[in-house]
Amino acid sequence: MKTVFDRPAALSDVPLHYCPGCTHGIVHRLVAETIDELGILDNTVGIAPVGCSVFAYNYFECDMIEAAHGRAPAVATGVKRTHPDTVVFTYQGDGDLAAIGTAETVHAATRGENITVIFINNCIYGMTGGQMAPTTIPGQVTTTSPYGRKRNVQGSPIRVCEMLSTLDGVALAARVTVDCPKNIIQAKKMIKKAFQNQLDKKGFSIIEVLSTCPTNWGLSPKDALQWLRDNMIPYYPLGVYKDGEALRDDPAENGQ
Amino acid sequence: MSEKVLMKGNEAIAEAAISAGCLYFFGYPITPQTEVAEYMARRLPKVGGLCLQAESEVAAINMLMGASSAGTRAMTSSSSPGISLKSEGISYIAGCDLPCLIVNVQRGGPGLGGIQPSQQDYYQATRGVGHGDLRLIVLAPSSVQEMASLTAEAFDLADTYRMPAMLLADGALGQMMEPVDFSVFPKRELPEKTWATNGTKGKRKKNIVNSLFIEPDKLEQSILARYERYAKVEAEEVRFEEVMTEDADIVLVAFGITARIAKSAIAEARKAGVKAGLLRPITLWPFPKKRLNELADTAKAFLSVEMSMGQMVDDVRLAVNGKRPVSFFGRTGGMIPSVEEVTAEIMKIGESL
Repeated sequence: MKTVFDRPAALSDVPLHYCPGCTHGIVHRLVAETIDELGILDNTVGIAPVGCSVFAYNYFECDMIEAAHGRAPAVATGVKRTHPDTVVFTYQGDGDLAAIGTAETVHAATRGENITVIFINNCIYGMTGGQMAPTTIPGQVTTTSPYGRKRNVQGSPIRVCEMLSTLDGVALAARVTVDCPKNIIQAKKMIKKAFQNQLDKKGFSIIEVLSTCPTNWGLSPKDALQWLRDNMIPYYPLGVYKDGEALRDDPAENGQ
Repeated sequence: MSEKVLMKGNEAIAEAAISAGCLYFFGYPITPQTEVAEYMARRLPKVGGLCLQAESEVAAINMLMGASSAGTRAMTSSSSPGISLKSEGISYIAGCDLPCLIVNVQRGGPGLGGIQPSQQDYYQATRGVGHGDLRLIVLAPSSVQEMASLTAEAFDLADTYRMPAMLLADGALGQMMEPVDFSVFPKRELPEKTWATNGTKGKRKKNIVNSLFIEPDKLEQSILARYERYAKVEAEEVRFEEVMTEDADIVLVAFGITARIAKSAIAEARKAGVKAGLLRPITLWPFPKKRLNELADTAKAFLSVEMSMGQMVDDVRLAVNGKRPVSFFGRTGGMIPSVEEVTAEIMKIGESL
């Protein structure tokens, strides 16, 4: 009998801790499939963040590092610059990447670090129990914006792909989602491109994945997907914001 | 053949690190240590290495963590306010059992403080650099030669015990010029870095560099295992220098640049008939507490001399353990104690004996 669907070799055979209906599991799988398809498992180093995906080091079969909150792009820089032949990816949430780690994100991007960043945007802090994120949309109720996020109090959310696409070090900045098979296929395509870019030394590649948090949004998994479509996609339009390669000087140094 | 080169302390650190095989430097400019980064930026590209100026001290220490995780000998350097920023990363590095070198060319604090030399970060280096149960190997050079030799040694110590090491210097040592001999660094047999995350290459199971243990019993186990290594460091790596302590009634304790002033002061005191000696800790952690306790059997009094309001004096008191009186003299805020001031303190204690 022919196996038509199996666990990717890059995904560890352990139960995931994610809540029911959370889309982290889908994105983990897409990253793992990509690692398998590119044949890079034995040469990849992943960097896990602080947040819901803090245990990602248990879920991927490649070498893994658990970084401090927001610092994954700096840790990734240290690995990649000293070992230019490895494939280095970070897997970060919105609080990690766009709040406490904004400086690390922006500067790794502008340096054109030849790394792949998988950015999970679910508009909320999941691990700590539903607080306001830098990407929480206006009006959204969280435990720390109990009356809804107000622009004149908590400010406006950050559109990360749009912001990073202005930087010369960025090769690829794309926003995808995983709410339906069609979008999952597109997300996979972009994630694979973000890894391929690294193999081709094109520079910093970031894939922002709009994701759900049914637990902290207080919605069923199905309603959460609908909430994502109705509220997140209008604020964070899907699409490719930059696709090219980082500006470089000759000759290449340290794999850059 | 040994050859001496006239160099600034900060440059000696950089050159010694390169001689010791450190080809990667991550840093951020801050006075009075910026020459380390500048030297690295000039030299490292010529020897196949990389000096990367980070966007912040926070990023620099995390780049260092990445490099060290991947098994690479690497370092960062900064000065007091910058070390405060790095302390988050230092805690993670300690919690992940990663070897690396962190240099602190101290300046006056607190806050922005000043840019003149100080020893106000003794507590920070030996007690409180980052959250959690952790230690750094802390080496305190007292000359430009030691800026070089202890830098080289710090890397080997860090690798041997799989823990971060700190070179705790000060702005005076960083800025002054003295002759240095780079041919005298001892080399150790070092353990293989089988834990490094640099790609499995299909030859081993995956490695994880991590400081998170959600289950408290496992976290406790990891800390206990680390403290077994710390105990070994305390048993085997204590370094100090003694000057005229055999017959000393008064033993001064001073490190770094202050020890040189203390050395002159004990000579002055002896000229005036007071038998003074000096114990200069070279390792601040592990602290030479056993030797100090032994000296308390023969000496009558101790004087800790520091460029702070008195921090190491706590360790001297713990070591002497009430056997003899311990007093303190210091200048702070970037002021350097004079030989006359220290001599006067010795004479005052001499009169009370």
